[in-house]
This record gives sequence, structure tokens and C-alpha cells, in this order.
Amino acid sequence: MTKPSTKDLLVVEGLDKAFTLHLHGGLRLPVVSQVQFTVARGECVVLDGPSGVGKSSILKIVFGNYRPDAGRILLADGDRFLDIAGASPRAVISARRRIMGYVSQFLRVIPRVPAIDIVAAAAREGGLEPQAARARAASLLTRLNLSERLWRLPPATFSGGEQQRVNIARGFAGHHILLILDEPTASLDAENRDAVVELISERQASGTGFLAIFHDEDVRARLADRMIDVSAFSMSEAA
Amino acid sequence: MSAALLAAEGLCKRYGAIQACRDISFEIEEGEALAIVGESGSGKTTLLHLIAGLMTPDAGEVRYRTRDGVIRNHSSLSEAERRALMRTDWGFVHQDAARGLRFSVSAGGNIGERLMALGERHYGRIRASAAQWLERVEISADRLDHAPWTYSGGMRQRLQIARNLVTSPRLVFMDEPTGGLDVSVQARLLDLIRGLIAEMGLAVVLVTHDLAVARLLSNRILVMKDGEVIESGLTDRVLDDPETPYTQLLVSSVLAV
Repeated sequence: MTKPSTKDLLVVEGLDKAFTLHLHGGLRLPVVSQVQFTVARGECVVLDGPSGVGKSSILKIVFGNYRPDAGRILLADGDRFLDIAGASPRAVISARRRIMGYVSQFLRVIPRVPAIDIVAAAAREGGLEPQAARARAASLLTRLNLSERLWRLPPATFSGGEQQRVNIARGFAGHHILLILDEPTASLDAENRDAVVELISERQASGTGFLAIFHDEDVRARLADRMIDVSAFSMSEAA
Repeated sequence: MSAALLAAEGLCKRYGAIQACRDISFEIEEGEALAIVGESGSGKTTLLHLIAGLMTPDAGEVRYRTRDGVIRNHSSLSEAERRALMRTDWGFVHQDAARGLRFSVSAGGNIGERLMALGERHYGRIRASAAQWLERVEISADRLDHAPWTYSGGMRQRLQIARNLVTSPRLVFMDEPTGGLDVSVQARLLDLIRGLIAEMGLAVVLVTHDLAVARLLSNRILVMKDGEVIESGLTDRVLDDPETPYTQLLVSSVLAV
């Protein structure tokens, strides 16, 4: 096992994951094996490989959403490292509040809650006072070109691209030092993609590390400091 | 390491031949929301009643850390002490608002009653507090003098929440708080509850059979089957990557819309 260095935000090593489907006769679906990579401060690491190869699963394991079968996921917590693989639920919850954020592919929220309230709630969780949280939400939604007339409306009726921008604003509302992005630009047009790329670059410059999946070639070319080919770790047939 | 706000250890409860709870242990800290899920008859409501001191376990114990830092065992509490906790430090939101409200008393009276239990006697302050809480749960203050039976189902549930939260409890027990409500009413209520949990730093133990409610309101979860906790952990992990056959069945049986 390697010893993580002080510039590392995330060190993943020896990570295995398989799903056991008890409702289908205990069928075992191996996903990835012996995954290994690091993300340094201010670095944008992009997971690459064909669809079904296990990229999203790796993101979910890092965020604590999926349980790994083996391996370590060391997340920088001040001058210590927290192993998400073996951490208690409480430690993971705390890490999600303070250290790592996640932007999923699809927005999942309580119905009928206005877009700006969704983003402001995330900023509140990040420690801002109600007014500051609202201001931060407004500034993020403005930067992401979400029309102000939509702010007071719940996102359920928004277009895919509009929902995705609310989702991104929510993910960027806190002060996380590691952001995990699952295709945040998938349903965006060129102008809005630019806005997201800018937002990411800015946070990178201030030291935030990114672990991301981008399908868009242009976005990858502009943001990726390193690409990791997940096929090399994949146990699925897609590899 | 300071003690948990509430700790259950080895709880067992049997009704005749039926083992409603078997050897259940868990802890909850301030500001945490724990969901207990499972199908009808899995023992989740019995467990809630045991930890709220509404029922005595056959074996095991429940400990609660009071405001002065003293760890009290439920079994050592007198009935008067337990009632005092129930009126001040704890809240209990029932699925059936009729069990949690007094229908013969005005909405203001329902809220004010708990303040009076804390020793507040000033009518003006009680009334102002009640009005403020009604608005906080999104009921117009001009409904203050109306009795709860004139309220809709969703409003009754919000009134019940206001009544429970007016004394700034530290721990709130909820039994299917959105059960039986129209879906349109549920969403607003869920958002309200979630906001209040976050703003007040409440600890919540929530019993529900609705996995979507558990996902939205809790950060940890216990899955119960036949009186036992068969899986527990982070709510989103248990729901998205369930480990046991039964939890996989529960999760995969939910209709996605």
C-alpha cells in the first residue's frame, strides 16, 4: 500500500465491486477489480471507457453510495485521511457535508420545492447563514444562465438542461474540496457547457479537486488533467 | 466519547407467540434522522413505542441523555418524569392526527398546552408563540381559534408538528407522518419537516413503510423484518446498494414514476 502524500485529496487502491442479485438466484455481477488512482488538489481526473464499464459505480463507491467489497478509499480530511470504505455512516455523512460533493446525472429532489430553495438548502448545509445561502444560490443560478423567472418554480417541469443546471448549482453551493461529477454537461448546449467549464476551472484554481465523467470531447479536452481508462479495471462484459 | 442522545440495547418484545422485536440495538445523536422501515407487522411501530417509553421491553434497555447530561434509563423513570419528558424534550408525531391533537381545543390551545406544561403562564406570550408556530408550519394565523376538526388532513398534520416543536424538543418520534395524506399534500409536508429538522438540529426517529420518505428525511436507516433489524447503514447506500435478499426485494418492489 502506498502512503498518500499531502497533495492528494483522494487515493483509491485495490477497489473491488460486484453486485449479488438475490432475486435472480444469487447471480453475481462483477463490476470492477483492483481499481487504483489518485486525485490531487486542484486536479481534474476524468474516468474514461465505454458505457457499462463501471465509471458511475466508481463515483458512487467514492461518495459512499455503493459499498465496496475490498480496497481503500482515502479521503483527505484536514491533515488525516478518512477511509470511506470502512467509515461509519456518521463519518460518511460528515465527510459529505464538509469535504466531498456529488453531482448526479439526474436531479432528485422533493417535489414542489422551488429551484432556488433547493440550491440555497445545499449552501445552508455547507454552513452559510440563510441570507448568504440565498445570495449564493442566486449567483450560481445566474452564472449558469437559469432564467430568473424559473427560480421560484419547482424543477419538475423544467427541461433536462435546466434541471441539470439546478443540479450543478446545488453541487457547487457548498465548500467541498472534492467534487464528483457524473456527466454534468450531458444535456447542455454549447453556451451552458461553457458556463459549467468556467465554474469548474475557477474552483480548480482555488484548489478543489474533481473526479468526473464527461462524454463531451470538447469538455474533456478543456478540463481533464488526467484520464483514467476504467476498462483496465473492468470485470463487466462492456470491457 | 460522550454518550449518545438515545441508545437502545438488546431490545426484545413479544406478544404471545409473536416476537415483535428481537435483540435490537442502535444509537442516535443530536441532529441525526434515523428511519425505521419494513412492511406492516415487521415490528417497526413496536420498536418506536419501546424507545419512546410508551411500552416496556421484555428484555434490553433504552437510555436517554437529558439536558443536564445525565444518562437516564427508561425503566428508572417514574410515570411523571416520563410524561414531563414527553411534553418538553420529546415530541411524538402520530400518523393519525387525532391521537396527537385535542380536537375539542382550538389550534392555539393545542400548541399553547405544551408551553404551559413548561410553566409558561403569560397568555399573550403563549398566543403569540402559537400564532408564530402556525405560520411556521404554513397555516394562516387567523385559523388560531379554530378547532382542529375544521382543518384538512394535511393541516392537522402540520398543526401536530407545531404542537410538538413549540417546546424546542431535542428528539422527535414520527410514526408514518405523511401516511394517509394526498400525494400533493405529502410533498409540502416532507419539505417542511426536512427544513425544520435542519434548522432546529432535531434528532428524529421516523417509522415509515415508504422508502421515498425515508430517503428524503433520514440519513441513516434500519430495515426490519419479522422483528429483527436485518440491514442498517447510510440511507442512500442501503436503498441503492442493498445487501440482503429482503432489502433487495423491498427496494425493487417500489414503483418508479
